[in-house]
Amino acid sequence: MRITLEVNGRPIAAEVEPRTLLSAFLREHMGLTGTHVGCDTGQCGACTVHLDGRAVKSCMVLAVQADGRRVTTIEGIAGADGGLHPMQAAFRRRHALQCGFCTPGMVMTALDLAATLADADDGAVRAGLAGTLCRCTGYRPIVEAVKDAVAAREAG
Amino acid sequence: MHPFAYRRPASLAEAAAAWRAEDDPRWLAGGQSLLGVLKLRLGAPTALIDVARLPELAGIRREAGALVVGAACTHAEIAASATDIPALAALAGGIGDLQVRNMGTLGGALANNDPAGDHAAAALGLGAEIRTDRRRIAADAFFTGLFETALEPGELIVAVAYPLCRRAGYAKVRNPASGYPVAGVFIAEAADGPRVAVTGAGPCPFRLPDFERALAAAFASTAVDRLTVAAAGLNRDLHATPEYRAHLIGVLARRALAAAGAPP
Repeated sequence: MRITLEVNGRPIAAEVEPRTLLSAFLREHMGLTGTHVGCDTGQCGACTVHLDGRAVKSCMVLAVQADGRRVTTIEGIAGADGGLHPMQAAFRRRHALQCGFCTPGMVMTALDLAATLADADDGAVRAGLAGTLCRCTGYRPIVEAVKDAVAAREAG
Repeated sequence: MHPFAYRRPASLAEAAAAWRAEDDPRWLAGGQSLLGVLKLRLGAPTALIDVARLPELAGIRREAGALVVGAACTHAEIAASATDIPALAALAGGIGDLQVRNMGTLGGALANNDPAGDHAAAALGLGAEIRTDRRRIAADAFFTGLFETALEPGELIVAVAYPLCRRAGYAKVRNPASGYPVAGVFIAEAADGPRVAVTGAGPCPFRLPDFERALAAAFASTAVDRLTVAAAGLNRDLHATPEYRAHLIGVLARRALAAAGAPP
């Protein structure tokens, strides 16, 4: 089936099988391997991308469901000059990663969360990140990074 | 996943025609339960008919005395916009996780009737009316068994009308791994009296008539704190025994009342 969609701001047309997952399409057809596949069962959140600006698990979305829509991956959030997105910068500053496998999904989840979060307390941030698992269990600096990013947004 | 065809009709009429044209189709809304089923090959439909973008299934609006939520509304949309029934918004905001709430839909959740589904508790607890492309079904007649509903083959949920209520609350105990309720209780002080609905504890959501009678006399925690729930018929799995679930229902009823703002 032919699909057309926008990936990281670029218009894309592609031929896919209806059963192709969005995660597989991004990694194997587009070569965007920043989107990681951890569990492939919708539990770990490593494959989180944005669909029309909202975080979704790309292993639980068919590529055909993204037809006509806008997809943003971890490769698409850096500034035009290649500089880190403020959320990425907050993760780096707080050392909010160990092995790094969950980091792309964690950052994409955090961006959605930070955009909608009214009050960036620990409980709200942890609840918001519940769908994205860090197998190193390094949640504390991740929570701090998200709180920093929300605070910076409010200051800005 | 076995191969399947994919159709995305542009209207309700086209959707019905697409269904009739396929051998063994399934409706696809958010896919947050269905894709898991297909990956495990527990189902192998010949076609998925995507109804997530049907205009007839979109949006949240007020009607006289009711909040009408389109079947394709995501849990995130309901959490943000169902402000006329705060307990429903809170319930939707507590389903699964952030990513699931951005894709999963009300209609998909009700049609799937997972025994641990959150939305069933609100639909039954508020006495909602499930509107399909063919008829209107009272929530009391909709949930018929484990993953079973009153929907006929090819019948599609279009919207759910929730009667406005004086106050309502929902409380659940989540399984820490899956996030699904081990048990959940939704209590509403509806126009025609209190309604108490339980999810997660039995094969299918159900009401508690003796709790409702007690709350009709006094809508307060003290009215139910001596009531017990029979364990017979409740779910037994690796997470909880029927006896534990029966105990949880009593605890959660009091928490749901507190969430509804009822006196202790």
